[in-house]
Parts: sequence; C-alpha cells; structure tokens
Amino acid sequence: MENQEVIKTLQETFPDDILEVSEQFGDKVLSFKKSALIPIMQFLKEKPYSYSMLLDLTCVDYPDEPQRFEMVYHVFSLSHKLKLRLKARLGMDDLVIASLTGLWKNANWLEREVFDMFGIQFTDHPDLRRLFMYDGFEGYPLRKDYPLRKQQPRIPMRKNDDD
Amino acid sequence: MMTTRIQKEARKDTLMINMGPSHPAMHGTIRIMLELDGEKVLNSEVEVGYLHRGFEKTCENKTYFNLLPYTDRLNYVSPLINNLAYVMTMEKMLGITSPERAQYIRVIMSEFSRISDHLTALAAMTMECGAFTVFLYYIKAREEIWNFIEQSTGARMTTSYIRIGGVKADLHPDYKTLMTKAIDVTRDVLKDVRGLLDKNKIWVDRTRDVAVVDPDMAVNYGFTGPCLRASGVNYDIRKAFPYLVYDQMDFEIPLGEKGDNFDRYMVRMNEMDQSLRIIEQAAEKLPDSPPDLTAKGFEPADAIKASRDQKVEGIRLSPNLQGSEKEKHAAILADSKKYIVPPKEDTYTNIEGLINHFKFFMRGHGIRPPQGEVYFAVEGGSGEVGFYIVSNGTDKPYRLHLRAPCFHIVSALEEMIQGHYIADIIPTFGSTNMIGGELDR
Repeated sequence: MENQEVIKTLQETFPDDILEVSEQFGDKVLSFKKSALIPIMQFLKEKPYSYSMLLDLTCVDYPDEPQRFEMVYHVFSLSHKLKLRLKARLGMDDLVIASLTGLWKNANWLEREVFDMFGIQFTDHPDLRRLFMYDGFEGYPLRKDYPLRKQQPRIPMRKNDDD
Repeated sequence: MMTTRIQKEARKDTLMINMGPSHPAMHGTIRIMLELDGEKVLNSEVEVGYLHRGFEKTCENKTYFNLLPYTDRLNYVSPLINNLAYVMTMEKMLGITSPERAQYIRVIMSEFSRISDHLTALAAMTMECGAFTVFLYYIKAREEIWNFIEQSTGARMTTSYIRIGGVKADLHPDYKTLMTKAIDVTRDVLKDVRGLLDKNKIWVDRTRDVAVVDPDMAVNYGFTGPCLRASGVNYDIRKAFPYLVYDQMDFEIPLGEKGDNFDRYMVRMNEMDQSLRIIEQAAEKLPDSPPDLTAKGFEPADAIKASRDQKVEGIRLSPNLQGSEKEKHAAILADSKKYIVPPKEDTYTNIEGLINHFKFFMRGHGIRPPQGEVYFAVEGGSGEVGFYIVSNGTDKPYRLHLRAPCFHIVSALEEMIQGHYIADIIPTFGSTNMIGGELDR
C-alpha cells in the first residue's frame, strides 16, 4: 500500500475537510480542517491503514498569518511501513483543538508540551498542565514573539506550613 | 500553590512520597510522586523538565552550521547519532549525499555510539540494582569505545564529528589498533556480564515479569528502539527504511517475548553483539582514502610568506585539523562548495578560498536550504531520533523540533510501575534509558 492510495481514500471519505495535499522533499503532507481531527485520525488508525503509532506531534508559529498556529502530526503505520504528515491551522481567536489522548497515550505528554510552549488548548485532555516550564511561568517560550533572552523573576520560596 | 493531579486523586489513608528529582538510586533529574499502600505503588506522577534549556528555541536562533554542537548535548552518551540525525535531515532537505567512505565511517561511529548508549543504560540499571561489578565491567568497555572515538573525533562526548555532507575528518591513521581493542574488550565484557547476570537469581527475580509492556501498549505509547523490540514488535529503522549503507550490512534484529525489564536488558545485550558485527563488516568494506598527509608541507605562516612569489603546494595543518586535509576532502565530504566548510589550505593561501570561507560563515549567507519542511529519523540508542525542520529560505531554521525517543518511553513510566513495589521502580526506570538531555531538551 502506498500513501497515495491512503490519501485518495481520505479525500473521498472526507471531501470537505481535506484542504490540500502536497509533497515536500519526498514526504506526503496533508492539510485538513481542525474540526475533522478526530474522525481523520480514527480513520487512519483503524484497519486496513493501521497508522497505529503517533510518531510526533508539534506546532509551528507563523505570527504574520491569520491562521497563526499550525499543528503538525506525524503518524506511522507499522504494518505498511508508511509515514504520513498531517497539518491543521489554528487562529489566535480560537486556540483550541481536540485532544488525541483518546487514541494515543503518548499524546498526553506531547500535547502538554505544545500547551506549555505555544499555549494551545486541547479539549478533553485529562491533565492539561505545563510539562517543562514551572507553574507560574508567564508566556509561551516557543512563540515567535517571545524574546530569546527574556528573563522571568524567580518564584518565591514556598512557606513550610504543611500546605 | 497548584495541586498536581496525584494530590487531587490521592486517597486519605495512603502515603505520599517523593522520589527524586535527585535520588541516589536513580540517574537523571526526574521527579516521581508516589502514592503508596505499604510498599505498593497505587498511583504515580512523573514530573520532568529539570534539564529544560530551550534547545529548540536556541536552535531557531542559530545558523544551520552553528547549531550542530547543540545536538551533541541531547543524548550525551551517543552524541554521534544525534549529529547524524540532524545532518541527515539537512542532507535530505539540501539533496546531497555523502561519499561512500564517509557513509561507512558514519556507520562505524553510530554503531559504536549505540553500544556505548546500551552499555551506559545497562550499567546504570544494574548498578542501581546492586550489581556494582557489572557496572564497572560495562564502563571498562565504554572507556575503550570512547578512546577510539576520541582518537578520530578529538572529543569523548561532545564530538560534533558528523557534518553536513560527510564527516569532519578522516579516521585516525592508526584507528585500527584502538578499534580492534574496543571490539575485543566489549566482546569479553558482554561474555562476562552474561555469565554474571543471565541466570543470576537476584537479577532475574528483580527484572522478570516486572513492568510488562505488551505490544499494543508499546505501540500506543510510541515506543521505538530496544524498548519496542523487547515487546516483540519488529521495527528497526535500519531495516525498515535503510539509510547510509545499512542495506549492505548483514545483521539481525533481536526481539523480546514478554516486554518486561529482563527482555529490555536482553534485547540491548543482543543488539550490542549485532552492532559489533556491523562494525567489523563496515571496517572490512571501508573504501580507501589518501594516506596520512600530516607530515609534509609548509607551516601555515611560512606558506603565506612563500605564496607571495610562488604557488604553494602542501600545507602542514594544525594537529587539530588532522584528517581534514584538502586531499582527503573528496573521500569524506560531499562535492558541494555551498554546504561544506572549504579546505583550510585554500582559505590560507588563495583569495577564492578566503571568499568561500567568508561566504560560508557570514551571517545571512552560509547554508540556506530551500523553503519547506522535512522530517527524517535514524535509529538511535533508545529509539527513533527524528528531526522536524521548517525552513523559510534563510540561514536559520524557522522551526526545529526533535522527536526524542525516551520522551515517549518515559511518558509510559506511570503505567509501567503501577501496582509494583517501590524497589521495582529502580530497574524499570533504568530500562527506559531516560536521558535528561533529550527528554527535557
């Protein structure tokens, strides 16, 4: 099975949600509407396509574009040895996308990282907190408008009073 | 003060205890909050980020050439594989391939790194279980491997040896001695460790049937590398998507049956045997390069003087640059002026070389890949090391994201230790091979 075939079926199944199919340096890339995230991923995860592994999940910030954030998903099919990249755009006015934690368990930490670094909200995420930065950190460090050398005040010592 | 998930969920009659971020029986800074009933782990929460240093943000503000040393510091026991992952992602974007000899050198270096990674992971795992002899044996073998790596790359850990287009320098003229020694010592150590551990009752009792990960769970959590194969899933990038010259190598993929801690130990042990096989084959097939050139020619200062009235052939480079003489470039670096550092002989003696040098290092010039985005992964010590790079046509990456293999594995730690005893956390955590540098980035 080839990615071409999978993309063709996807386009037939979700005619309104698949926005664009392109090729970048030999990799197939698929853009879709963020509302269709869960159905598309479920479709890919199930047989016969069996994209059973969520390889990676990240985000890219394009501050000058109206749909500022781009979520990037890499899924991998072990049985067909196929990798596929999927992308969805989010605007500043609506920084919410569905969570993949129901389908893949590693999405939990991956989405926490994206929330931590970009401030994107994931609906139905069981425990959406910062992953790397500490509680009380202000701003989202991987956004392009966060200065490289910005310093933040130290957090005060916690009082020792058994909370 | 924010309460964490486990604090909210905890029962009133249980004991909450903190393990880490600095714990004598654990390596790496990671905090595990445990909810205990007696010695049994009812629930746990893993907190990471103590080593977060903004790797991705830093890289987005460095040029493609300058950010290479930062990749050394991701998985710091196998820096060469990190270099390779980044460099091959760039090569995919730039559309260049390295010469054959460089590819074989890369294979040798990444297999040695894989062994050193496995040795370190198992050394930590065994020592924390009390097997100190085994730890010392493993480290003895790693020492020989690092001696070999140091001889050719000039550094033990932060190598930055694999460069876009090839490698920094050719192998040391006398590399065979140390390589044979490293292989022999490692073989002996593996044999000794097998004798000490494989049927050792204490070791087997502590690792067998502890933290079993079935194939579905492993795939669902995005496990790759030895942890995935210990669960019996046959996926190795070197076989599934062969890169470099791995398709010409004869090696096997060891698999586990149960996916418990013992299998993760066993798969790593067997993989080291296979890596040694690969190194021997690669050393056999390694194409020739021009012989050692360090001795002849002028010193650079004399060469500059002499070049005023004659054409200077042959310059003796500083010992630091040994192996990267102009004559060697064809064997170890791709033929592409745009993407590789020009030979130092040219930079020192002729104007065109000097211009090339400045064009390479000047801000805004240098390596400027076409617009677009690329993902490429290689098989690292603990799994798939992947880079996702977005280029906007300038000399700095617009976005650079690392897919760290142990990120996904450590995210499953909570589920792996649930229902086991506190003492079982130690080998389980050891078998995940958590490396703070690549986990926290």
